[in-house]
Amino acid sequence: MTKPLKAAVLLFPGSNREGDVARALRRAGAEVEVVWHDSERLPVGTDLAVLPGGFSYGDYLRCGAIAARARVMAAVSEHAARGGLVLGVCNGFQILCEAGLLPGALMRNSGLKFVCRMQTLRVENNQTRFTRGYEAGAVVTYALAHGEGNYVAAPQEIEALEREGRVAFRYCDAEGRPSAAANPNGSLNNIAGIYNSGFNVLGLMPHPENLIDALTGGVDGRPMFEALAAA
Amino acid sequence: MKTRVVVTLKPSVLDPQGKAIEGALKSLGLEGVASVRQGKVFDIELAGVEGEAADRLLREACEKLLANTIVENYAIQHD
Repeated sequence: MTKPLKAAVLLFPGSNREGDVARALRRAGAEVEVVWHDSERLPVGTDLAVLPGGFSYGDYLRCGAIAARARVMAAVSEHAARGGLVLGVCNGFQILCEAGLLPGALMRNSGLKFVCRMQTLRVENNQTRFTRGYEAGAVVTYALAHGEGNYVAAPQEIEALEREGRVAFRYCDAEGRPSAAANPNGSLNNIAGIYNSGFNVLGLMPHPENLIDALTGGVDGRPMFEALAAA
Repeated sequence: MKTRVVVTLKPSVLDPQGKAIEGALKSLGLEGVASVRQGKVFDIELAGVEGEAADRLLREACEKLLANTIVENYAIQHD
């Protein structure tokens, strides 16, 4: 039997989805350790670093800005540079952008409202460690809960993301069409999540970790954690 | 030394908050308001740093934390 995936879930003051993502990973068979933001390094043998959702540092200054400068983030950058897996969900995506591990920024939702509901997404690339459990172009339902998810980046950056297949998920309607009406926050090109150039860092606004049990809304998030755990 | 850093959204970035404030000002009947962009002000007191060294320090503070230069500009003000 192979060694289980070892995940480090980072905990910043104000994170609040660390329990959800730890549960999703454990259920999929991963070994999970919660790591405090002030740590100088990740646990030995960490395969996956997870930045959970929440409101780190109360969203002071800019969402994710202060957490991106936390001590543990230097270790996360080194882990990513070595090809280690990194997953940032919601506030975690904001932190990854602020830390420069992913391009662009997440701005206030264009409608100014905090959006909290289920959302259909299209899996744009099912060839990665995160999404190989999905069929190409699959339409999945994840949960949304954010006020600053409006993805922006310079035109040449957007062009590179599209050209290199680095758009991970796109907001779409139930039929998989990424229409303006299906865009909850004004994100450019309906972008809901992106990869770095090595495809080992994924940031996304919607919450797959909340869709792992039919009892609480569905199981569309499970394939991500199962694919990660089946390393 | 008292200094001030002003951070504003780049003109190319949409500012829905500024738009909402603009709408509220107009709805108050304040004639002549054309548009509003919202930004941030940081009043920073420096100790033992002046002139060019102060500029350098504040620029570094902006680049490293106070502004996200992907979407924001900053301006440094001091005597």
